[in-house]
Amino acid sequence: MGQVSVKKVSRIFGKKEEGHGTEALLNISFDVQDGEFICLLGPSGCGKTTLLRITAGLETLTSGEITLNGVPITGPDPKRGMVFQQYSLFPWRTVIDNITFGLEMQGIKKSEARKQVEKYLDLVGLGQFKNSYPHELSGGMQQRAAIARALANEPEVLLMDEPFGALDAQTRNVLQDELLKIWEQKHVTFIFVTHSVDEAVFLSDRIVVMTSRPGRVKEIVKVDLPRPRSRTSPEVNSLRDHVLKLLEEERFSR
Amino acid sequence: MKINFIKTIEEKGVEALSLIFAVAVWQLVADRIVQNKLLLPSFYDVVIAFSVIVKNGLIFMDTLTSLLHFSIGIAAAFILGIPLGIAMGWFKAANRALDPIIEILRPIPPLAWIPFAIIWFGLTHQAAGFVVFAGMIFPIIINTYTGFKNVPRVYVEAAKVLGCNRNIDLIRFVAIPSAMPSIAAGIRIAMGVGWMCLVAAEMFGVSSMGLGYQIWHNYYLHRMDFVLVYMLLLGFIGLLIDRFFRYYVDEKMLKWKSGTVV
Repeated sequence: MGQVSVKKVSRIFGKKEEGHGTEALLNISFDVQDGEFICLLGPSGCGKTTLLRITAGLETLTSGEITLNGVPITGPDPKRGMVFQQYSLFPWRTVIDNITFGLEMQGIKKSEARKQVEKYLDLVGLGQFKNSYPHELSGGMQQRAAIARALANEPEVLLMDEPFGALDAQTRNVLQDELLKIWEQKHVTFIFVTHSVDEAVFLSDRIVVMTSRPGRVKEIVKVDLPRPRSRTSPEVNSLRDHVLKLLEEERFSR
Repeated sequence: MKINFIKTIEEKGVEALSLIFAVAVWQLVADRIVQNKLLLPSFYDVVIAFSVIVKNGLIFMDTLTSLLHFSIGIAAAFILGIPLGIAMGWFKAANRALDPIIEILRPIPPLAWIPFAIIWFGLTHQAAGFVVFAGMIFPIIINTYTGFKNVPRVYVEAAKVLGCNRNIDLIRFVAIPSAMPSIAAGIRIAMGVGWMCLVAAEMFGVSSMGLGYQIWHNYYLHRMDFVLVYMLLLGFIGLLIDRFFRYYVDEKMLKWKSGTVV
Protein backbone atom coordinates (compact mmCIF):
# COMPACT_ATOMS: atom_id res chain seq x y z
CA MET A 1 0.00 0.00 0.00
CA GLY A 2 1.42 3.34 -0.94
CA GLN A 3 -1.18 6.08 -0.86
CA VAL A 4 0.26 9.56 -0.57
CA SER A 5 -1.75 12.65 0.32
CA VAL A 6 -0.29 16.11 -0.04
CA LYS A 7 -2.42 18.49 2.02
CA LYS A 8 -2.04 22.27 1.76
CA VAL A 9 1.72 22.09 1.84
CA SER A 10 3.70 25.34 1.98
CA ARG A 11 7.40 25.81 2.41
CA ILE A 12 9.11 29.10 3.04
CA PHE A 13 12.89 29.27 3.05
CA GLY A 14 14.67 31.87 5.14
CA LYS A 15 13.36 34.00 7.93
CA LYS A 16 9.61 33.98 7.94
CA GLU A 17 9.05 36.46 10.77
CA GLU A 18 11.09 39.16 9.08
CA GLY A 19 8.90 38.90 6.04
CA HIS A 20 11.54 38.32 3.38
CA GLY A 21 11.64 34.55 3.22
CA THR A 22 11.45 32.84 -0.14
CA GLU A 23 8.19 31.06 -0.77
CA ALA A 24 9.10 27.83 -2.48
CA LEU A 25 5.78 26.02 -2.24
CA LEU A 26 2.34 27.50 -1.69
CA ASN A 27 -0.71 25.57 -0.62
CA ILE A 28 -0.15 22.42 -2.65
CA SER A 29 -2.70 19.64 -2.44
CA PHE A 30 -3.14 16.45 -4.41
CA ASP A 31 -3.57 12.75 -3.79
CA VAL A 32 -1.58 9.88 -5.23
CA GLN A 33 -3.34 6.54 -5.47
CA ASP A 34 -1.71 3.29 -4.47
CA GLY A 35 0.40 1.97 -7.35
CA GLU A 36 0.04 5.12 -9.38
CA PHE A 37 2.81 6.68 -11.47
CA ILE A 38 2.84 10.44 -10.92
CA CYS A 39 5.16 12.96 -12.50
CA LEU A 40 5.86 16.36 -10.98
CA LEU A 41 6.60 18.76 -13.78
CA GLY A 42 7.31 22.46 -13.71
CA PRO A 43 9.65 25.25 -14.65
CA SER A 44 13.04 25.14 -12.95
CA GLY A 45 12.99 26.58 -9.46
CA CYS A 46 9.29 25.80 -8.97
CA GLY A 47 9.97 23.67 -5.92
CA LYS A 48 9.22 20.24 -7.37
CA THR A 49 12.41 18.80 -5.90
CA THR A 50 11.64 20.47 -2.56
CA LEU A 51 8.23 18.81 -2.55
CA LEU A 52 9.82 15.44 -3.27
CA ARG A 53 12.42 15.94 -0.56
CA ILE A 54 9.70 16.78 1.95
CA THR A 55 7.95 13.56 0.96
CA ALA A 56 11.22 11.70 1.51
CA GLY A 57 11.56 13.27 4.95
CA LEU A 58 14.81 15.03 4.06
CA GLU A 59 13.28 18.49 4.18
CA THR A 60 10.74 20.06 6.50
CA LEU A 61 7.56 21.87 5.55
CA THR A 62 6.34 25.19 6.90
CA SER A 63 2.66 24.32 6.98
CA GLY A 64 0.34 21.56 5.86
CA GLU A 65 1.21 17.88 5.88
CA ILE A 66 2.03 14.94 3.69
CA THR A 67 0.76 11.54 4.70
CA LEU A 68 1.60 8.02 3.59
CA ASN A 69 -1.38 5.71 4.11
CA GLY A 70 -2.81 8.30 6.49
CA VAL A 71 0.33 8.58 8.64
CA PRO A 72 2.05 12.00 8.58
CA ILE A 73 5.63 12.00 7.30
CA THR A 74 8.14 13.31 9.84
CA GLY A 75 11.49 11.96 8.72
CA PRO A 76 13.25 9.59 6.35
CA ASP A 77 11.99 6.03 6.34
CA PRO A 78 12.90 2.98 4.26
CA LYS A 79 9.21 2.72 3.30
CA ARG A 80 9.87 5.66 1.02
CA GLY A 81 12.76 4.86 -1.29
CA MET A 82 14.53 7.59 -3.18
CA VAL A 83 16.68 7.81 -6.28
CA PHE A 84 18.72 10.99 -6.58
CA GLN A 85 19.67 13.06 -9.58
CA GLN A 86 23.36 12.97 -8.66
CA TYR A 87 25.13 9.64 -8.59
CA SER A 88 24.57 8.54 -5.04
CA LEU A 89 25.99 5.02 -4.92
CA PHE A 90 28.52 4.62 -2.13
CA PRO A 91 31.82 4.53 -4.04
CA TRP A 92 33.51 2.39 -1.38
CA ARG A 93 30.98 -0.42 -1.79
CA THR A 94 30.61 -2.74 -4.74
CA VAL A 95 27.34 -2.73 -6.68
CA ILE A 96 25.90 -5.65 -4.74
CA ASP A 97 27.00 -4.22 -1.40
CA ASN A 98 25.32 -0.95 -2.29
CA ILE A 99 22.10 -2.83 -2.92
CA THR A 100 22.35 -4.78 0.32
CA PHE A 101 22.91 -1.58 2.34
CA GLY A 102 19.25 -1.12 3.27
CA LEU A 103 18.85 -4.74 4.34
CA GLU A 104 22.03 -4.55 6.43
CA MET A 105 20.56 -1.53 8.19
CA GLN A 106 17.56 -3.69 9.08
CA GLY A 107 19.98 -6.05 10.78
CA ILE A 108 20.05 -8.74 8.10
CA LYS A 109 23.41 -10.46 7.77
CA LYS A 110 25.46 -9.53 4.74
CA SER A 111 25.60 -13.05 3.32
CA GLU A 112 21.84 -13.45 3.69
CA ALA A 113 21.21 -9.96 2.24
CA ARG A 114 23.35 -10.78 -0.79
CA LYS A 115 21.14 -13.77 -1.56
CA GLN A 116 18.02 -11.67 -1.20
CA VAL A 117 19.07 -8.91 -3.57
CA GLU A 118 20.09 -11.17 -6.46
CA LYS A 119 16.65 -10.72 -8.00
CA TYR A 120 16.98 -6.94 -7.98
CA LEU A 121 20.35 -7.18 -9.67
CA ASP A 122 18.73 -9.26 -12.39
CA LEU A 123 15.75 -6.91 -12.55
CA VAL A 124 18.00 -3.99 -13.52
CA GLY A 125 20.29 -6.20 -15.62
CA LEU A 126 23.46 -5.72 -13.59
CA GLY A 127 24.06 -9.36 -12.66
CA GLN A 128 27.52 -9.50 -14.19
CA PHE A 129 28.59 -6.18 -12.66
CA LYS A 130 27.69 -7.04 -9.10
CA ASN A 131 31.28 -7.02 -7.87
CA SER A 132 32.26 -3.83 -9.69
CA TYR A 133 32.82 -0.56 -7.93
CA PRO A 134 30.60 2.39 -8.95
CA HIS A 135 33.43 4.26 -10.68
CA GLU A 136 33.75 1.34 -13.07
CA LEU A 137 30.15 1.74 -14.27
CA SER A 138 28.62 4.08 -16.80
CA GLY A 139 26.15 6.72 -15.65
CA GLY A 140 23.17 4.68 -16.81
CA MET A 141 24.37 1.59 -14.96
CA GLN A 142 24.93 3.61 -11.80
CA GLN A 143 21.36 4.88 -11.87
CA ARG A 144 20.11 1.33 -12.50
CA ALA A 145 22.01 0.17 -9.46
CA ALA A 146 20.58 3.09 -7.47
CA ILE A 147 17.07 2.00 -8.47
CA ALA A 148 17.82 -1.57 -7.42
CA ARG A 149 19.18 -0.28 -4.11
CA ALA A 150 15.99 1.66 -3.46
CA LEU A 151 13.81 -1.32 -4.45
CA ALA A 152 15.69 -3.78 -2.25
CA ASN A 153 14.08 -2.20 0.81
CA GLU A 154 10.68 -3.04 -0.71
CA PRO A 155 9.38 0.50 -0.33
CA GLU A 156 5.75 1.45 -0.72
CA VAL A 157 6.62 4.64 -2.54
CA LEU A 158 9.57 5.28 -4.81
CA LEU A 159 10.59 8.92 -5.07
CA MET A 160 12.70 9.83 -8.05
CA ASP A 161 14.38 13.20 -8.41
CA GLU A 162 15.22 13.59 -12.11
CA PRO A 163 17.07 10.29 -11.99
CA PHE A 164 17.82 10.32 -15.70
CA GLY A 165 18.63 14.02 -15.90
CA ALA A 166 22.35 13.50 -16.30
CA LEU A 167 22.07 10.76 -18.93
CA ASP A 168 22.22 11.02 -22.69
CA ALA A 169 18.96 10.89 -24.65
CA GLN A 170 19.27 7.29 -25.82
CA THR A 171 20.22 5.82 -22.47
CA ARG A 172 17.39 7.84 -21.04
CA ASN A 173 14.84 6.24 -23.36
CA VAL A 174 16.11 2.75 -22.54
CA LEU A 175 15.93 3.42 -18.82
CA GLN A 176 12.41 4.84 -19.12
CA ASP A 177 11.28 1.59 -20.75
CA GLU A 178 12.99 -0.45 -18.05
CA LEU A 179 11.53 1.68 -15.31
CA LEU A 180 8.00 1.08 -16.58
CA LYS A 181 8.65 -2.66 -16.63
CA ILE A 182 9.82 -2.51 -13.03
CA TRP A 183 6.82 -0.44 -12.06
CA GLU A 184 4.44 -2.96 -13.64
CA GLN A 185 6.13 -5.86 -11.87
CA LYS A 186 6.55 -4.32 -8.46
CA HIS A 187 3.29 -2.48 -7.85
CA VAL A 188 4.98 0.43 -6.14
CA THR A 189 3.71 4.01 -6.13
CA PHE A 190 6.07 6.21 -8.14
CA ILE A 191 6.50 9.94 -7.70
CA PHE A 192 8.87 11.14 -10.38
CA VAL A 193 10.25 14.66 -10.68
CA THR A 194 11.23 15.74 -14.17
CA HIS A 195 11.59 18.84 -16.27
CA SER A 196 11.09 16.90 -19.48
CA VAL A 197 7.57 16.98 -20.92
CA ASP A 198 8.35 13.97 -23.12
CA GLU A 199 9.44 11.94 -20.14
CA ALA A 200 6.35 12.89 -18.13
CA VAL A 201 3.94 12.04 -20.96
CA PHE A 202 5.71 8.76 -21.70
CA LEU A 203 5.83 7.55 -18.12
CA SER A 204 3.02 8.78 -15.96
CA ASP A 205 -0.64 8.12 -15.20
CA ARG A 206 -1.06 11.72 -14.19
CA ILE A 207 1.17 14.77 -14.48
CA VAL A 208 1.10 17.38 -11.73
CA VAL A 209 2.05 20.57 -13.56
CA MET A 210 3.35 23.23 -11.19
CA THR A 211 3.55 26.98 -11.53
CA SER A 212 6.74 28.95 -11.31
CA ARG A 213 7.81 30.14 -7.86
CA PRO A 214 6.05 29.96 -5.51
CA GLY A 215 5.15 26.48 -6.67
CA ARG A 216 1.43 25.79 -6.79
CA VAL A 217 -0.53 23.12 -8.64
CA LYS A 218 -1.41 24.59 -12.02
CA GLU A 219 -3.20 21.62 -13.47
CA ILE A 220 -3.25 17.88 -13.02
CA VAL A 221 -3.15 16.32 -16.47
CA LYS A 222 -4.45 12.79 -16.83
CA VAL A 223 -2.51 10.71 -19.34
CA ASP A 224 -5.14 8.21 -20.38
CA LEU A 225 -3.11 6.29 -22.90
CA PRO A 226 -2.48 2.53 -22.93
CA ARG A 227 1.05 1.25 -22.37
CA PRO A 228 3.41 0.55 -24.02
CA ARG A 229 3.11 4.06 -25.36
CA SER A 230 4.47 5.34 -28.56
CA ARG A 231 6.66 8.40 -28.18
CA THR A 232 5.29 10.09 -31.29
CA SER A 233 1.63 9.09 -31.79
CA PRO A 234 -0.89 11.91 -32.45
CA GLU A 235 -2.50 11.45 -29.01
CA VAL A 236 0.88 11.73 -27.33
CA ASN A 237 1.74 14.77 -29.38
CA SER A 238 -1.47 16.60 -28.59
CA LEU A 239 -0.98 15.90 -24.88
CA ARG A 240 2.57 17.08 -25.07
CA ASP A 241 1.38 20.18 -26.84
CA HIS A 242 -1.12 20.86 -24.08
CA VAL A 243 1.46 20.46 -21.33
CA LEU A 244 4.02 22.56 -23.17
CA LYS A 245 1.44 25.35 -23.47
CA LEU A 246 0.82 25.19 -19.74
CA LEU A 247 4.52 25.59 -19.09
CA GLU A 248 4.79 28.39 -21.61
CA GLU A 249 2.07 30.33 -19.81
CA GLU A 250 4.20 30.07 -16.70
CA ARG A 251 7.17 31.52 -18.47
CA PHE A 252 5.24 34.58 -19.54
CA SER A 253 3.29 35.08 -16.33
CA ARG A 254 6.51 35.85 -14.48
CA MET B 1 65.02 -16.89 -14.83
CA LYS B 2 67.48 -15.28 -17.16
CA ILE B 3 64.70 -13.52 -19.02
CA ASN B 4 63.33 -12.21 -15.74
CA PHE B 5 66.73 -10.83 -14.89
CA ILE B 6 67.01 -9.02 -18.20
CA LYS B 7 63.51 -7.68 -17.81
CA THR B 8 64.37 -6.32 -14.36
CA ILE B 9 67.40 -4.59 -15.80
CA GLU B 10 65.33 -3.09 -18.57
CA GLU B 11 62.71 -1.86 -16.14
CA LYS B 12 64.88 -0.60 -13.34
CA GLY B 13 68.15 -0.11 -15.19
CA VAL B 14 68.23 3.67 -15.17
CA GLU B 15 67.31 3.88 -11.51
CA ALA B 16 69.98 1.34 -10.54
CA LEU B 17 72.66 3.00 -12.66
CA SER B 18 71.88 6.36 -11.14
CA LEU B 19 72.23 4.97 -7.63
CA ILE B 20 75.49 3.20 -8.43
CA PHE B 21 76.82 6.37 -10.01
CA ALA B 22 75.96 8.46 -6.95
CA VAL B 23 77.66 6.01 -4.63
CA ALA B 24 80.72 5.94 -6.86
CA VAL B 25 80.97 9.72 -6.89
CA TRP B 26 80.59 9.79 -3.13
CA GLN B 27 83.30 7.19 -2.63
CA LEU B 28 85.65 9.04 -5.00
CA VAL B 29 85.11 12.46 -3.50
CA ALA B 30 85.49 11.18 0.06
CA ASP B 31 88.46 8.95 -0.60
CA ARG B 32 90.47 11.04 -3.10
CA ILE B 33 89.44 14.67 -2.65
CA VAL B 34 88.28 15.27 0.93
CA GLN B 35 90.46 12.56 2.48
CA ASN B 36 89.10 13.32 5.95
CA LYS B 37 86.90 10.81 7.71
CA LEU B 38 85.55 13.48 10.03
CA LEU B 39 84.33 15.78 7.26
CA LEU B 40 83.02 13.13 4.90
CA PRO B 41 83.20 9.41 5.64
CA SER B 42 83.40 7.37 2.46
CA PHE B 43 80.92 4.74 1.36
CA TYR B 44 83.39 2.09 2.39
CA ASP B 45 83.76 3.59 5.90
CA VAL B 46 79.99 3.53 6.26
CA VAL B 47 79.77 -0.10 5.19
CA ILE B 48 82.42 -1.01 7.77
CA ALA B 49 80.64 0.94 10.48
CA PHE B 50 77.41 -0.76 9.53
CA SER B 51 78.96 -4.21 9.84
CA VAL B 52 80.32 -3.25 13.26
CA ILE B 53 76.92 -2.33 14.67
CA VAL B 54 75.36 -5.41 13.11
CA LYS B 55 78.02 -7.62 14.70
CA ASN B 56 77.78 -6.12 18.16
CA GLY B 57 74.00 -6.12 17.93
CA LEU B 58 73.54 -2.45 18.71
CA ILE B 59 71.58 -1.85 15.54
CA PHE B 60 68.78 -4.17 16.60
CA MET B 61 68.40 -2.72 20.07
CA ASP B 62 68.40 0.84 18.79
CA THR B 63 66.03 0.15 15.92
CA LEU B 64 63.60 -1.66 18.18
CA THR B 65 63.81 1.11 20.77
CA SER B 66 63.08 3.75 18.15
CA LEU B 67 60.21 1.73 16.74
CA LEU B 68 58.83 1.32 20.24
CA HIS B 69 58.90 5.12 20.76
CA PHE B 70 57.26 5.58 17.39
CA SER B 71 54.55 3.01 18.15
CA ILE B 72 53.71 4.61 21.49
CA GLY B 73 53.30 7.96 19.76
CA ILE B 74 51.30 6.66 16.84
CA ALA B 75 48.97 4.59 19.02
CA ALA B 76 48.26 7.53 21.31
CA ALA B 77 47.73 9.88 18.35
CA PHE B 78 45.29 7.40 16.79
CA ILE B 79 43.33 6.78 19.94
CA LEU B 80 42.93 10.47 20.67
CA GLY B 81 43.17 12.10 17.25
CA ILE B 82 40.71 10.11 15.18
CA PRO B 83 37.79 10.28 17.63
CA LEU B 84 38.44 14.00 18.18
CA GLY B 85 38.50 14.65 14.44
CA ILE B 86 35.31 12.64 13.99
CA ALA B 87 33.53 14.48 16.79
CA MET B 88 34.59 17.85 15.42
CA GLY B 89 33.64 16.95 11.87
CA TRP B 90 30.24 15.55 12.71
CA PHE B 91 28.95 17.61 15.64
CA LYS B 92 29.01 21.38 15.31
CA ALA B 93 29.03 21.90 19.06
CA ALA B 94 32.12 19.69 19.46
CA ASN B 95 33.87 21.67 16.77
CA ARG B 96 33.04 24.99 18.41
CA ALA B 97 34.21 23.74 21.79
CA LEU B 98 37.45 22.08 20.67
CA ASP B 99 38.56 24.25 17.79
CA PRO B 100 39.94 27.20 19.87
CA ILE B 101 41.96 24.86 22.07
CA ILE B 102 43.40 23.01 19.12
CA GLU B 103 44.18 26.17 17.20
CA ILE B 104 46.18 27.49 20.15
CA LEU B 105 48.09 24.26 20.78
CA ARG B 106 48.70 23.39 17.14
CA PRO B 107 51.29 26.06 16.23
CA ILE B 108 53.51 25.02 19.16
CA PRO B 109 56.37 23.09 17.54
CA PRO B 110 56.26 19.50 18.85
CA LEU B 111 59.88 19.74 19.98
CA ALA B 112 58.94 22.50 22.40
CA TRP B 113 57.16 19.80 24.39
CA ILE B 114 60.43 17.99 25.12
CA PRO B 115 61.05 19.65 28.54
CA PHE B 116 57.56 18.76 29.69
CA ALA B 117 57.89 15.28 28.25
CA ILE B 118 60.93 14.78 30.50
CA ILE B 119 59.32 16.39 33.54
CA TRP B 120 56.13 14.37 33.18
CA PHE B 121 57.48 11.01 32.12
CA GLY B 122 61.14 11.09 33.12
CA LEU B 123 63.72 9.51 30.82
CA THR B 124 61.35 6.78 29.68
CA HIS B 125 60.05 5.39 26.43
CA GLN B 126 56.79 7.17 27.12
CA ALA B 127 58.57 10.52 27.14
CA ALA B 128 59.93 9.97 23.62
CA GLY B 129 56.55 8.57 22.60
CA PHE B 130 54.89 11.71 23.90
CA VAL B 131 57.01 13.94 21.65
CA VAL B 132 56.13 11.75 18.66
CA PHE B 133 52.49 11.99 19.71
CA ALA B 134 52.70 15.79 19.90
CA GLY B 135 53.90 15.84 16.32
CA MET B 136 51.35 13.38 15.01
CA ILE B 137 48.12 14.33 16.67
CA PHE B 138 47.33 17.55 14.80
CA PRO B 139 47.68 16.32 11.21
CA ILE B 140 45.49 13.38 12.18
CA ILE B 141 42.81 15.53 13.83
CA ILE B 142 42.74 18.02 11.03
CA ASN B 143 42.61 15.53 8.18
CA THR B 144 39.95 13.45 9.90
CA TYR B 145 37.96 16.63 10.46
CA THR B 146 38.37 17.75 6.84
CA GLY B 147 37.40 14.32 5.56
CA PHE B 148 34.25 14.41 7.64
CA LYS B 149 33.39 17.94 6.54
CA ASN B 150 33.68 16.87 2.91
CA VAL B 151 31.40 13.84 3.07
CA PRO B 152 29.05 14.50 0.13
CA ARG B 153 25.58 15.29 1.37
CA VAL B 154 23.98 12.97 -1.14
CA TYR B 155 25.64 9.93 0.48
CA VAL B 156 24.28 10.89 3.87
CA GLU B 157 20.82 11.48 2.45
CA ALA B 158 20.91 8.26 0.46
CA ALA B 159 21.82 6.39 3.65
CA LYS B 160 19.02 8.09 5.55
CA VAL B 161 16.31 7.09 3.09
CA LEU B 162 17.71 3.56 3.17
CA GLY B 163 17.05 3.37 6.89
CA CYS B 164 20.40 4.46 8.32
CA ASN B 165 19.36 7.23 10.68
CA ARG B 166 21.33 7.09 13.91
CA ASN B 167 24.43 9.28 14.13
CA ILE B 168 26.56 6.32 15.13
CA ASP B 169 25.46 4.32 12.07
CA LEU B 170 25.87 7.27 9.71
CA ILE B 171 29.39 7.83 11.04
CA ARG B 172 30.29 4.17 10.83
CA PHE B 173 28.75 3.24 7.50
CA VAL B 174 28.93 6.48 5.54
CA ALA B 175 31.21 9.15 6.99
CA ILE B 176 34.23 7.02 7.94
CA PRO B 177 34.46 5.16 4.61
CA SER B 178 33.87 8.37 2.71
CA ALA B 179 36.50 10.25 4.73
CA MET B 180 39.01 7.39 4.64
CA PRO B 181 41.21 8.80 1.85
CA SER B 182 41.59 12.04 3.79
CA ILE B 183 42.22 10.24 7.09
CA ALA B 184 44.86 8.04 5.43
CA ALA B 185 46.56 11.09 3.94
CA GLY B 186 46.60 12.67 7.41
CA ILE B 187 48.18 9.57 8.91
CA ARG B 188 50.87 9.61 6.24
CA ILE B 189 51.72 13.24 6.90
CA ALA B 190 51.67 12.54 10.61
CA MET B 191 54.05 9.61 10.25
CA GLY B 192 56.56 11.85 8.49
CA VAL B 193 56.33 14.48 11.21
CA GLY B 194 56.40 11.84 13.93
CA TRP B 195 59.55 10.26 12.55
CA MET B 196 61.35 13.60 12.70
CA CYS B 197 60.12 14.26 16.23
CA LEU B 198 61.33 10.82 17.26
CA VAL B 199 64.90 11.56 16.24
CA ALA B 200 64.86 14.97 17.85
CA ALA B 201 63.43 13.61 21.09
CA GLU B 202 66.08 10.89 21.29
CA MET B 203 68.83 13.40 20.45
CA PHE B 204 67.74 15.80 23.13
CA GLY B 205 68.27 13.19 25.75
CA VAL B 206 64.75 12.03 26.34
CA SER B 207 66.12 8.56 25.77
CA SER B 208 69.46 6.81 26.24
CA MET B 209 68.84 4.47 23.34
CA GLY B 210 67.46 4.61 19.87
CA LEU B 211 68.67 5.66 16.44
CA GLY B 212 68.42 9.39 17.18
CA TYR B 213 70.33 8.97 20.44
CA GLN B 214 73.09 7.10 18.62
CA ILE B 215 73.53 9.94 16.15
CA TRP B 216 74.22 12.37 18.96
CA HIS B 217 76.28 9.93 20.96
CA ASN B 218 78.57 9.13 18.02
CA TYR B 219 78.84 12.80 17.21
CA TYR B 220 80.29 13.40 20.67
CA LEU B 221 82.79 10.65 19.94
CA HIS B 222 83.53 12.23 16.55
CA ARG B 223 82.70 8.97 14.82
CA MET B 224 81.06 10.53 11.82
CA ASP B 225 80.97 7.26 9.87
CA PHE B 226 78.64 5.90 12.55
CA VAL B 227 76.62 9.09 12.50
CA LEU B 228 76.12 8.61 8.80
CA VAL B 229 75.11 4.96 9.21
CA TYR B 230 72.39 5.92 11.65
CA MET B 231 71.25 8.74 9.41
CA LEU B 232 70.90 6.36 6.48
CA LEU B 233 69.15 3.82 8.69
CA LEU B 234 66.61 6.43 9.73
CA GLY B 235 66.00 7.27 6.09
CA PHE B 236 65.55 3.67 5.03
CA ILE B 237 63.28 2.72 7.91
CA GLY B 238 61.17 5.83 7.34
CA LEU B 239 60.91 4.96 3.67
CA LEU B 240 59.94 1.38 4.48
CA ILE B 241 57.23 2.40 6.92
CA ASP B 242 55.79 4.84 4.39
CA ARG B 243 55.87 2.30 1.55
CA PHE B 244 54.28 -0.37 3.67
CA PHE B 245 51.55 1.98 4.81
CA ARG B 246 50.90 3.18 1.28
CA TYR B 247 50.71 -0.35 -0.01
CA TYR B 248 48.34 -1.36 2.73
CA VAL B 249 46.07 1.65 2.29
CA ASP B 250 45.97 1.67 -1.50
CA GLU B 251 45.65 -2.06 -2.00
CA LYS B 252 43.46 -3.04 0.89
CA MET B 253 41.54 -0.13 2.30
CA LEU B 254 41.07 2.18 -0.66
CA LYS B 255 40.78 -0.35 -3.43
CA TRP B 256 37.52 1.33 -4.42
CA LYS B 257 39.42 4.43 -5.40
CA SER B 258 41.79 2.75 -7.80
CA GLY B 259 41.35 4.18 -11.25
CA THR B 260 39.60 7.30 -10.05
CA VAL B 261 41.44 10.55 -10.37
CA VAL B 262 42.17 12.08 -7.00
